[in-house]
Amino acid sequence: MEDSQTVAALQDEHIDTESISINFGPHHPSTHGVFRMVVRLDGETVVDVEPKIGYLHRGIEKLAEERTYLQIIPLVDRLDYVCPMTNEQAFCLAVEKLGAIEVPERAEYIRVIMAELTRIMSHVLAVGFLWNELGATFTPMIYAYRQREYLQDLFELASGARMFHNYMRPGGVVADLPDGWVARARKQLAEFERFLDQFETLMTENEIFLARTIDVGVLPPELAINCGISGPVLRATGVAYDLRRADPYSIYERFKFEIPTRSHGDTFDRYCQYFAEMRQSLSIIHQALNRLPVGPVFNEKAKRLRLPAGEAYGHIESPKGDLGFYIVSDGKPQPYRFHIRSTCLLNLTALRQMVIGQKLQDLVIIFGSLNVTMADIDR
Amino acid sequence: MPERSLEHTLSVPETLLPDDLKRNVLLTTVDAVYNWARRRSMWPLTFGLACCALEMIAAGASRYDYGRLGMDIPRATPRQADLLILSGTITHKMAPQVLRVWEQMPEPKYALAMGACAISGGTFSSYAVVQGASQLMPIDIFVPGCPPRPEALINAFVKLHEMLLKQSVKTVEWYAKEPKA
Amino acid sequence: MSHDSTLADLQAAFPDQVVEHPQGLDFTVVVLPDRLRELFLHLRDKAKLNYLSNLTVVDRPERFEVVYHLYSTIEPGPVFVVKVYLPDRESAHVPSAVPVWQSAYYQEREAFDMFGVVFDGHPGLTRLLLWEGFPGHPLRKDFVNRTYSFDEMGQTLPPEDQR
Repeated sequence: MEDSQTVAALQDEHIDTESISINFGPHHPSTHGVFRMVVRLDGETVVDVEPKIGYLHRGIEKLAEERTYLQIIPLVDRLDYVCPMTNEQAFCLAVEKLGAIEVPERAEYIRVIMAELTRIMSHVLAVGFLWNELGATFTPMIYAYRQREYLQDLFELASGARMFHNYMRPGGVVADLPDGWVARARKQLAEFERFLDQFETLMTENEIFLARTIDVGVLPPELAINCGISGPVLRATGVAYDLRRADPYSIYERFKFEIPTRSHGDTFDRYCQYFAEMRQSLSIIHQALNRLPVGPVFNEKAKRLRLPAGEAYGHIESPKGDLGFYIVSDGKPQPYRFHIRSTCLLNLTALRQMVIGQKLQDLVIIFGSLNVTMADIDR
Repeated sequence: MPERSLEHTLSVPETLLPDDLKRNVLLTTVDAVYNWARRRSMWPLTFGLACCALEMIAAGASRYDYGRLGMDIPRATPRQADLLILSGTITHKMAPQVLRVWEQMPEPKYALAMGACAISGGTFSSYAVVQGASQLMPIDIFVPGCPPRPEALINAFVKLHEMLLKQSVKTVEWYAKEPKA
Repeated sequence: MSHDSTLADLQAAFPDQVVEHPQGLDFTVVVLPDRLRELFLHLRDKAKLNYLSNLTVVDRPERFEVVYHLYSTIEPGPVFVVKVYLPDRESAHVPSAVPVWQSAYYQEREAFDMFGVVFDGHPGLTRLLLWEGFPGHPLRKDFVNRTYSFDEMGQTLPPEDQR
């Protein structure tokens, strides 16, 4: 009998099938870190998915209650380890809001440059890992890592560390940029722009890629807003909500940049959103480098940090979305309550609705396109 | 003390060999061949737990590249891996899974504790974190740093290889008649 | 609308539910938990605060404070903070916000895990970051932070049917 006849015969007989429940364990090459899902499958179609998290819960909120604000900065670095500078920026913003601390001009510009560089680094990693999950094992990821290394050189020159920079302080940044940093940054960014063009030309129009990502994991905008999703995932659904415009912080009002959005909200749109945002970030960095003023980089009055009793909620547009810190202080050097509004935890809320009805391999790609970091989810 | 070269480990004095066989026969020890083969094909398990995973991947990427040491095929399944790189914080919730993965790895196997969190809990002295992977399994090599630079990780691999060269089939634990106490 | 008009609307619609409007850095209102769900629906639909950004609990000596940070994507602006005071620490119950904003789903589970505050009406209120059987609720002030050794915590894999 021919295959199609066999299949038709089988379907006519109404064979009883049972869905199976598999464990997408905490140790898995495709989950970004220690993430576990219990997936209920009917054949290869996902019927239900239940994320189980907490495998990287380190108790950062409890630890922060024992540490002074300056000691919390290294802790905050290790939250979303792909983009450490923006974590620091959000934390410093919350502390500065609580203590009414002013930040000098040059420090603000440096912070913007570092934050946008971090955004680029995070997005390029997201793109590289997405290709890894699609099955183009390692080569696009190695390209992405190569570019990340060049940008990490810039961070290392400025702050001394490749990953956990410990660079920003409430009141400014810890040290000025070294000589030649600006020229080197300009050179690296020109190379990065060429890399972006090259990568897009090489990878984005790939037939297999288009077939596997278009219409996969569609997220409607109302659901996204209701689920508290933010960042590129939200903007790929069509909602132009970017905290740099909606609730401006630092000096972002002085820069000319667009908020790119896509319309459909599927995986392909999220992928293209990362590229569009990287290009906007390049434009912001160039503007900031051109207008970098001279001056101090740290507000000396903030050296002895005495925060009044009260509370403040400071949030920024991190590469993953809306990252906020809620600090309640009772006048002591340690915070009374330190809460981290986790971007990636909320971005995970709609995973179930995005994935039901798709195939198992689409589940991997959809989860990858959300670009979550487990340390931000579990804290 | 001169470095041990391949010639030194694999050959014995020429006086023991007859003249016509000198160029065709290599006399060596089982230990030397066994260690030599294993040293250059130690495949790591991709077990990235937290932040150190990024530096571990960077060590495998094009700038630092531990593939030159023969480790270029990281395996996702513990059944085919030789080296468990514990890169990141081990929480109490994750610890039984780590142990399970370690027990699934067939011997000869090695464990490398990468980063401050795997060595001693790191900066996270909290209720949820295991203060060091030594509480779970015997660790062969510790790499300090938070995170250790990729060069530090490659240095650790080189040291691990040197350690491996000193092991002997007669004394190594996976061929022992009784398990070590 | 500005937050002052939002507050005025809220007070007109729920006159007995709004308890105080503490002056501070962010616009904050304190409400009672009795008709919280209707209050939230009013805030979401009438005041256009359709984005629940942050939900957490603060452990004060005399009460639990449940804090909600609300934003609007339709009329972007600064944060609108809603607080609910729960003086009973032993049995702290508050209506769940999940029917109004789904973003509360994980955050309420986390608040339950860390503090023990029960959210009535939550579709699946179980511990999120720690496991069933963890001794206590860590972020409460009476839980003293200490390290546990692996043997002490006694974590093993759960039985086959409960994984």
